[in-house]
Amino acid sequence: MNNSLNLIKTIRDIPGDKYNQLAPGHRLCAGCGVPAMVRIALKAIPDPKVVINATGCLEVATTIYPYSSWKIPWVHNAFENAAATGSGIEAAFKALHKKFGKEMPHVIVFGGDGGTFDIGLQSLSGALERGHDFVYICYDNEAYMNTGIQRSGATPRGAATTTSPAGKIIPGKLERKKSLIEIAVAHGIEYAATASLAYPVDLFNKIRKADAVRGPAVIHFLAVCPTGWRSDPALTVEIARLAVLTRMWPLYEVEKGKYKINIFVKTPRPIEDYLKLQGRFKHLLRPENKWLLEKLKQDVERFWNYLVEKSKE
Amino acid sequence: MVKRIGLNGDEAVALAVKQVNVDVIAAYPITPQTIIVERLSEYVNNGELNAEFVPVESEHSALSTVVGAALTGARVFTATASQGLALMYEILWIASSLRLPIVMAIANRAFSAPINIHCSHDDAMAARDTGWIELFSENVQEAYDLTLQAFMMTENDNVMLPAIVNLDGFILSHSLADLYVFDDHEVAKLVRDERPIYKMPIDFKSPVTYGPLGLYDYYMEIKKQQAVAMRESYTYIKNVFEKYTELSNRKYSPVKTYGIEDAEIVVMALGSMAGNLRSIAKSLRKKGKKVGVVSLTLYRPFPQDIIIDVLKNVNVVVVMDRFPNFGSPGGPLFKDVAASLYHLKNRPLLLNIIYGLGGRETSPKEIKNIFERALEISKKGVVEEKEIWVGVRE
Repeated sequence: MNNSLNLIKTIRDIPGDKYNQLAPGHRLCAGCGVPAMVRIALKAIPDPKVVINATGCLEVATTIYPYSSWKIPWVHNAFENAAATGSGIEAAFKALHKKFGKEMPHVIVFGGDGGTFDIGLQSLSGALERGHDFVYICYDNEAYMNTGIQRSGATPRGAATTTSPAGKIIPGKLERKKSLIEIAVAHGIEYAATASLAYPVDLFNKIRKADAVRGPAVIHFLAVCPTGWRSDPALTVEIARLAVLTRMWPLYEVEKGKYKINIFVKTPRPIEDYLKLQGRFKHLLRPENKWLLEKLKQDVERFWNYLVEKSKE
Repeated sequence: MVKRIGLNGDEAVALAVKQVNVDVIAAYPITPQTIIVERLSEYVNNGELNAEFVPVESEHSALSTVVGAALTGARVFTATASQGLALMYEILWIASSLRLPIVMAIANRAFSAPINIHCSHDDAMAARDTGWIELFSENVQEAYDLTLQAFMMTENDNVMLPAIVNLDGFILSHSLADLYVFDDHEVAKLVRDERPIYKMPIDFKSPVTYGPLGLYDYYMEIKKQQAVAMRESYTYIKNVFEKYTELSNRKYSPVKTYGIEDAEIVVMALGSMAGNLRSIAKSLRKKGKKVGVVSLTLYRPFPQDIIIDVLKNVNVVVVMDRFPNFGSPGGPLFKDVAASLYHLKNRPLLLNIIYGLGGRETSPKEIKNIFERALEISKKGVVEEKEIWVGVRE
């Protein structure tokens, strides 16, 4: 570990409430995994900083005019263009620094899975390829939660959403979840990692590493969504942990092309332990849908094995 | 010192953008705009312009990038045409509502389908209600002059609106012409030297939430403010025209007129057609025909007061739209003119001409026929066919 990055060792090393730059009183749901992550991210990245936010839950719930939860400069442009907007802000500060000696801020972009995996993928790809110096954080709640739980490219196989309902013939989403990190890594960026609220030290340190990289870095955060996942808001952290311990959500990072599994789960918990806490997966546990559950299990196993192989390289 | 040089329209725009010392350019190649961004990349890569050139992956990202860049207080520019404008359409509204000083050139080109690279005013007209100032160039000189003036307009703290400079695709964008240009240091005097350009830029000491959610309790007031800003920008836009006229010795105003002192009929158009109209009108006037020409340099905000004033005593007004009318009461310019004249007690008769779509040539003979038809309507006092497509095979 690189000590010059000021990586932390325990949760007590994360600065306390008085350093919060996302004020309380926002309208995100009880048990939402996003605001806690945002606060950690803003504590991990030093001032001055500017946030760019794609349209989505985080944007609408924190900026209902004339109120705002943001204590730092914050920009919302549209849904699919957060990475392009961030590109412009980064490029402009670079120009103003060069020409007028203006201070260069840290640039942080937040987008949901819809704004990242689907409608915003082109804009993100362009920005990664051009090499803008920013940290892109995807808060992935695995569906379009802001519009009422519609399936996205990030929805896992088998999950029920309002556009992939658990029907009699088609029991939920039939397709696999795409891998955002693999897409990001294919651009040759220096740092990409997954993160979870159940591992806040890992989350904090990954954001710090992402910020230290010159050029773009991508953090893929699994955002437990009690409303969309139909889970108990009190169990958010528990569900986030189970995602890791069942290997549904491997915690790994890719630093200059080098893969590393951060939490190596030797003996995984049964996937059912994770699924049964969420209404969106309830139907998968019924005998007639076993075939789909098996497919999901295969996805998980295959990807884990892939990561194990990659991390040996 | 003023120099006389040869450039095409795209190069003239690029030169003006370089001379105002822009900070960020984001653009995507699209014919017939491409030369603008090619020249700008050359300026940047050769060290003639100290700016960040962001070679984005789409026009949607081009405008999104300059929106972000403008918020920092940087001077920004983008350019597009046709499908590119259509792709960035959503962001046009956001740019104007955030009241950002963005200048964009459009080398006007027809919308698909069928795909076509030549001139229609489809893109300019698609943008007409999005809250941007819109200027139309008649020739290469104007493309240069209006680009400089667009920066002067958007950077006025009383205006705070983005601006579009239209130049007809190929007819102006790719035509070599001689023009007068300022020295760089003279242009520097026209625009703001210091930054920020935007009145309320990103500030770490006093952070602002840009682009929040605004629902029914505030949205309408925000839109009203924009409407008022657009209306009030008119005065400042006219000031810029006056100031620039003084400095350049080239006359700029929202509306250009020819022969209207005694005109019985007037033909109106936007962009490069205006020159052709004047040339035909001139020959007709020599034969004693009382014809006039009115063209608009400023299309948004619409110079309604001047239009009423110059057309109020005319018998017939022919409005030429380079835009197809699909089932509406007329082409866009026609409707603007008709609505402006409606409140007059004695209204001129109106005829709408649709012409030049997708680069279709409008010949001098066809233009002459338009004038003659107008004179005939004036004589008869009745418009039989209200919309005529010129130069089309039926």
